[in-house]
Amino acid sequence: MTLSRTAAPAAAHKTRIRIGPRRAPGRRRRVLAHWPQYLAISPFYVLFAVFGLAPLLFSFYLAFQRWDGIGEMRFAGLDNFEYLISDDIFWLSLWNTLLIWVMSTVPTLTLALVLAVLLHSVKRFKAFYRMAFFIPNITSTVAISIFFGALFATNYGLVNAGLEAVGLPEVSWLQNAWGIKIVIAVLTVWQWTGYNAIIYLAGLQTIPSDLYEQARIDGANAVQIFRHVTLPLLRPIILFTVVLSTVGGLQTFTEPKVLLGDTAGTGQSGLTMVFYFYRSAFSHNDYGYGAAIAVVVLLVVALFTILNWALVQRGQNERSR
Amino acid sequence: MRSQRTRGLLLHGVLIFGTVLAMFPFYWMVVMATNSTSDIYQFPPKLTFGSQLVTNLRNVLDSIDFWGSMLNTVIVACTTTLLVLFFDSLAAFAFAKYDFPGRRMLFGILIGTFFLPVGLAIIPGFVIMVELGWVGSLKALIVPAAANAFGIFFLRQYIHNAVPDSVLDAARLDGAGFFRQYLSVVVPIIRPGLAFLGIYTFIAAWNDFIWPLVVLVNPDQLTLQVALQQLNTVHGLDYSRIMTGALLSVIPLIAMFLLFARNFVSDLAKGAVRE
Repeated sequence: MTLSRTAAPAAAHKTRIRIGPRRAPGRRRRVLAHWPQYLAISPFYVLFAVFGLAPLLFSFYLAFQRWDGIGEMRFAGLDNFEYLISDDIFWLSLWNTLLIWVMSTVPTLTLALVLAVLLHSVKRFKAFYRMAFFIPNITSTVAISIFFGALFATNYGLVNAGLEAVGLPEVSWLQNAWGIKIVIAVLTVWQWTGYNAIIYLAGLQTIPSDLYEQARIDGANAVQIFRHVTLPLLRPIILFTVVLSTVGGLQTFTEPKVLLGDTAGTGQSGLTMVFYFYRSAFSHNDYGYGAAIAVVVLLVVALFTILNWALVQRGQNERSR
Repeated sequence: MRSQRTRGLLLHGVLIFGTVLAMFPFYWMVVMATNSTSDIYQFPPKLTFGSQLVTNLRNVLDSIDFWGSMLNTVIVACTTTLLVLFFDSLAAFAFAKYDFPGRRMLFGILIGTFFLPVGLAIIPGFVIMVELGWVGSLKALIVPAAANAFGIFFLRQYIHNAVPDSVLDAARLDGAGFFRQYLSVVVPIIRPGLAFLGIYTFIAAWNDFIWPLVVLVNPDQLTLQVALQQLNTVHGLDYSRIMTGALLSVIPLIAMFLLFARNFVSDLAKGAVRE
C-alpha cells in the first residue's frame, strides 16, 4: 500500500567530494558545526538499523540454523533449503501465490485503466467519484475479508442466493481450490481498482491535450488514440502500478488468513508463501525453516520486479526503434 | 449535440454503477449488522435494514474487549502519527536545506531502504522484541514505526519547494538556530504536507495486521484488527455479530477520512505520478 518505491536513487549517488585519507582540515569542524542536522536525521537511521536492517540480516543467518525459538540454535548448513526444494507444500504455496497474483492483478489494472479513461472524460462530480472509488482502499483488509467470507458462504451467502434465484446451482466457493482463489481475487479487485484508477487518472491529466488534437486532425479514432497516444505516454505509470502490485501481491497474507484460518482452506488452496512462512515460524515453531522461506520469498519478489521492469523497458525500446 | 448528451449520461451511468459496486459492501454490512443471524439465514435473504443493531452490538461487546482494543488502536495510530510527523519533518528539513558532510550518501541509503522488503523480517523482528521485553506491549508497534523513509522523502521534496531560502536566511540573521527555524518557519509553512503524511500514516497504522498479530501475544491487549480476526475465528458463522464488529472497526476510519481528506486522494495520485 505504500507508494513512492520508484524514487530514483541515481541523483543521490553523485558524491561531489571524495573522502580520502587526506581530509580537508576543516572537515572535522564542519561535521561538528552541523550537529543539529545529524541529530535531526538520526532517529530514522537508528530505528532502521535496529528494527529493519538487523532483522533482515538476522533472517539470512537464521535460514542456516535449526531453531524452535526457545532452545539452543544449531547450525544446519543448507538443510533448510534442501528440505524446501523437496517440500511439496512450499511449491504449492508458490503456485497459489502466483495464481492469486495473476488473477487479481490483471483484472485490477485493466479495470483501473478503463475507469481512469472514463473519469478523465467526465467533467462534473469528478471529486466525488474519486473519493468513492478510493474508500475501498482505506477499508481494513481484515474487515473486508470477513465480509467476503459471508458474501461467498456456501449456505446463506448472498452470491449463492443470487445464483439460486436465477436457477443456477450453488457453488462451494470457500471449499474448493479455484473458488478460494476467485474470492481472494475479487476481494483484491474491489480493494485496489479505485486506487490504481486514481493514479492512472493523475497520469492522464499530465498528457497535453494538443497531442489528442493533433491525432484527431490526423484522422485517428478513439481506439487508435488510446493505443498510440495514451498508452505509450502512460507507460511509466503503468510500470509503477505493476511493480507495486507485484510487491504487494506476492506477499498476500491477510486475506487467506482471515477467510480460511490456519488450515488455509481445503487442500491448503489459500496457502500463500507469506502465509506458509508465518505458519512455519509461529504455529510450528520452526524459526529456521520460516526464515529460509522468507529468504526465498524475498528472492522471488526481487526476481519478478526485475522481470516486470525488463519487460516494460523492452516494450519501450521496440517502440522507439 | 444530442449524442454528446447521451454519451455523457452513459458515462455517468457506468461511473455510478462503479460507485455502487464500491459502496455495496458497506450497505450489506449494515444490513447484516442490523438483522439477526437467523434473518440472514433464510432464502430469499433479507435485503433491508432491521432492528437488531443493539442486540448485535451487545453480542460483540460480550465476545471481545472491543473498547479496550479500540483504545489500543487509537493510542498506536495517534502516537505513531505524531512521532512520524515530528521525526520525519525534522529530518526532511535537514536534508532539504542544509549541506552537511555525508548528506548525499545518507540520503542515498534512505532511498535504498525503500527497496528492502522489511516486512519479511518479522521472525527476527519478533526475536528482537523478545530480547527487549516488548512482546505483548504497544511499544513494539509504535517504536519501530516512529520514523520512515517515505515520509522523509516526501517532506524533503515539500520543504524544498515550499520553504523559501530567503525566509530562512532572515530567521538566521535574527539569530534563530536550526530548531528555532524548524518551529517558527518550517512547521507553519508545511502544514498541508504534514496533513497528508499524517492521514497516510494513521490509516496504515490503523489497518496494520500481520505485525500486531505476531507481537501482541496477550489476549487482553490487542488492536482492533487482531481482535476482529479473533471474533471471526470464534463466531465465524454468526454473521450479524462479526459484521457488526467489522462495521464498528471500519466506521471511525472512514469518518475521519471523509472529514479531513479533502485533498488527500489527489495529493496521493500526484505524488505517485511525479515519481
